[in-house]
Amino acid sequence: MSETPSGAPERIVVVGASLAGLSAAQALRTEGFAGSLTLVGDERHAPYDRPPLSKQVLRGLFSPDTTLPRHPDLNAEFRLGTPANRLDLDARTVSLGDGTTLPYDRLLIATGTRARPWPKSDEATLDGVFTLRTRDDAEKLSARLKAGPRRVVLVGGGFIGFEVASTCRDLDIPVTVLVRDGQPLEAALGPRLGGLVGEIAIERGVDLRLGAEIEQMDSEGGRLTGVTLKDGERIEADIVVAAIGTVRNVEWLEGSGLAADEGGVLCDGYCRVLRTNGDIVPDVFAAGDVARWPNPHQDEALVAVEHWGNACAQAKAAARNMLAGPAAGLTRHDHLPDFWSQQFGLTIKLVGLADGADSLSIVHGSLEARRFVALYGKDGRTVAAASIDSARWLPAYAAAIRERAPFPPITDAVDQPRLRIEEP
Amino acid sequence: MSCTTLFEQVLDPDNRANPYGLFAELRRQPVCRQEDGTYVVSTHAEIARLVSDPRISSEDLPDPQKFRWTGHPITDLFVRPIRAEIRRRHQPFIFRDPPDHDRLRGLVMRAFSPERVRRMREETEELTNELIEKFAGKARIDLVDDFSYPLPVTVICKLLGVPPEDEPQFQGWATQLATALEPNQRGDEETQAKNEQCFTEISEFLRDLIAKKRKEPQDDILTDLANGDDDTERMNDFDLIATAVLLLVAGHETTVNLITNSVLTLLRFPEHWQRLRDDPAIAPRLIEEMLRYEPPVQYRTRLAIADIPIAGVTIPKDAPVVLLLASGNRDPDRFPDPDRFDPDRPDNRHLGFGGGLHYCVGAPLARIEAEVALVALAKRLQNPRLVEDPPPYRPGASLRGPRHLCLAFDGIAGA
Ligand SMILES: Cc1cc2nc3c(=O)[nH]c(=O)nc-3n(C[C@H](O)[C@H](O)[C@H](O)COP(=O)(O)OP(=O)(O)OC[C@H]3O[C@@H](n4cnc5c(N)ncnc54)[C@H](O)[C@@H]3O)c2cc1C
Ligand code: HEM
Repeated sequence: MSETPSGAPERIVVVGASLAGLSAAQALRTEGFAGSLTLVGDERHAPYDRPPLSKQVLRGLFSPDTTLPRHPDLNAEFRLGTPANRLDLDARTVSLGDGTTLPYDRLLIATGTRARPWPKSDEATLDGVFTLRTRDDAEKLSARLKAGPRRVVLVGGGFIGFEVASTCRDLDIPVTVLVRDGQPLEAALGPRLGGLVGEIAIERGVDLRLGAEIEQMDSEGGRLTGVTLKDGERIEADIVVAAIGTVRNVEWLEGSGLAADEGGVLCDGYCRVLRTNGDIVPDVFAAGDVARWPNPHQDEALVAVEHWGNACAQAKAAARNMLAGPAAGLTRHDHLPDFWSQQFGLTIKLVGLADGADSLSIVHGSLEARRFVALYGKDGRTVAAASIDSARWLPAYAAAIRERAPFPPITDAVDQPRLRIEEP
Repeated sequence: MSCTTLFEQVLDPDNRANPYGLFAELRRQPVCRQEDGTYVVSTHAEIARLVSDPRISSEDLPDPQKFRWTGHPITDLFVRPIRAEIRRRHQPFIFRDPPDHDRLRGLVMRAFSPERVRRMREETEELTNELIEKFAGKARIDLVDDFSYPLPVTVICKLLGVPPEDEPQFQGWATQLATALEPNQRGDEETQAKNEQCFTEISEFLRDLIAKKRKEPQDDILTDLANGDDDTERMNDFDLIATAVLLLVAGHETTVNLITNSVLTLLRFPEHWQRLRDDPAIAPRLIEEMLRYEPPVQYRTRLAIADIPIAGVTIPKDAPVVLLLASGNRDPDRFPDPDRFDPDRPDNRHLGFGGGLHYCVGAPLARIEAEVALVALAKRLQNPRLVEDPPPYRPGASLRGPRHLCLAFDGIAGA
């Protein structure tokens, strides 16, 4: 197959009707696409926003209806509650669970991820065991939290787990957090800052257990009553939330010939997907949590970035490239990963990827004051910046990360302490 | 053509009525060094980036006062140096960097509560209508002297808690001190001496007023700042005076210019004047577009305190930096068809109120004042016409606006 798509598209199909899918649809219309536009989603809800689910929704501050705003002139057909279950690249069709087949001129794969289920299926189905990814999940969990559980046990040291733990504390619910490896949030922030957030969580009344793992869940009549840890300790609890990562929704692509596996759907820097043999498929694109692509800010390493901002940016890049004729240049998706989280009264922001960083420097504020900007360096270059409650200067550091400036890039700045370079 | 002398032309009063062509030339090189070593930043992305850059400082310490013997040893050796030092340490927070900036601004934000600002709407409406009543029987007015000028000072005096009988005096001070915010007039010795005098007067006045607010607290901003509350510290008197003066000055000529520029622009594009008459609900959109199209604050100056690589050049440490907000607002890379006045523009994120940590504290108030004023003028002025276009401008290039705006009209409609 040639590398240029054939002719201007008349029919565009988007599979996955969530943040990336809707953002792409809006961008297609803004870019002037006037043809038929179909969004296929297996959830029954119109596209909604996930970040509030673990924060304001769980807390009871927002209703679980976090439907994303939609342009009144979007003029798209929504096939909701209907999964796509097969892709035929040669026939250019997507088959849906209701037996229908949709032909496309361009296709966007935006099927995202789902919560990684608790590995023991008999425990995963107990009444009281939850994961959190969807509106329905949030609604169920929030109802149970309202009922005033004795204790919630959270498994996992990631952002979502910590946000849920923080919400539990806001609701004055006793909560134990089990982190198996290293420090909380270590994957994103490194051990130093992760450890600091852990300390703050402890101060806010979280029973934080590092190096702790569940041996088994205890139940009575199908209802969770507690957990027993590997070290033999038993914790009474009526809710377990497993926040142990995500699984990419790629099963429906099996047999299509696309390079798609648990790492995501492989695509190039222009959001075009690749076949298992490495060939570019010029009329099929991917965006959002499900996509894995060479990141220019990480030496072209193949990464998937499961962040809100990336889903929007990549969807826009994909939309533009779907419409670019053979002559028009393609838009490189060179978004610098950014992320935020709210927990324990703090706003944490991160730009860039701190993965593999070898140095850390506090460039504004201080860890003691719990208001700071921290920079991450790797091989003498600036690769990421994290802030707690002081995001103001982040744009300047984001620019430095983009430019791969030497580490640390900015010295003698306003309101800057004497810089020390430490281990992350 | 090289851009190294363009900013000088921007400063030239001959170009005051329409500097936008010069801006377009400047934008060809987003960050351009001028002959005097100043770096002018003229594109939206670069300005937005620099307002959030920790290598950019707003601390603008005045020159150490020129030493002139007065012949009184106590004055020369003690009083003046101490006074100068106090002034240096207690600059208003628009001229300060974090952490001091944040502390002072935080206290003001608390006192400047949305609720308090909202309450000003009705008062502004009354005031506006009183001013318009005075047009009755005239065939012509000067919008600046007869309307735009008196309005904002009265409003800010009410908010601060300045007794009505002292307002006229404030009016005079505000006018004089506006030059202190105008970067290119500050150097002038005569202006500086006048400002000095004026600052001494207003400081003395405010010191007494603050003492009163401590004795008899009232529902106003000065009372809040002077007394603090359980959670907030109290500002010291020096900072408090500097802050009160800042609120007076920063909210005065800016708002005057916004109102005047709006009327000027709307009468140049009368279909929008008509639209406003027919549907006052579009006023907020008109005002946002006005803040983009004819921003009352055209540029702000900063100091680079470290080398800053940006847009292919490096601004060196210690270089003065001009952030040309009004040019960023006309940047075609940010705003399609930027020279068109189009209130229906989606995504109008202009730089009219600045950006980053010094983003205008008074933006909500300014929007209310402008909205109330424009809606009333559009409703009540019968068939208004510009008598002179372009009108004469004030000399300032940063706080840019007409000195007079002469309008002819056929009469006044009821409120
Ligand atoms: C609780 C929570 C809190 C979060 N908080 C933050 C935050 O604070 N900051 C941040 O940056 N990010 C946050 N995120 C991450 C952010 O929400 C995701 O990055 C974003 O939702 C990704 O959007 P997406 O459209 O790529 O994928 P998804 O939102 O996962 O959407 C994919 C959609 O495709 C559907 N689908 C899957 N397979 C099929 C199929 N075969 N056929 C049809 N439809 C299918 C799925 O059901 C889903 O509706 C949070 C996520 C969660 C769950
Ligand atoms: C149309 C009217 C106004 C315009 C266009 C305007 C514009 C601006 C701009 C551009 C700045 C940024 C300065 C910088 O970055 O150096 C600013 C700051 C400021 N403005 Fe306004 N302003 C207006 C009205 C007001 C009013 C009514 C008040 C208060 C009563 C006010 C108070 C302030 C203060 C206190 C600051 C300093 C903020 C800081 O340093 O943190 N302004 N304004």
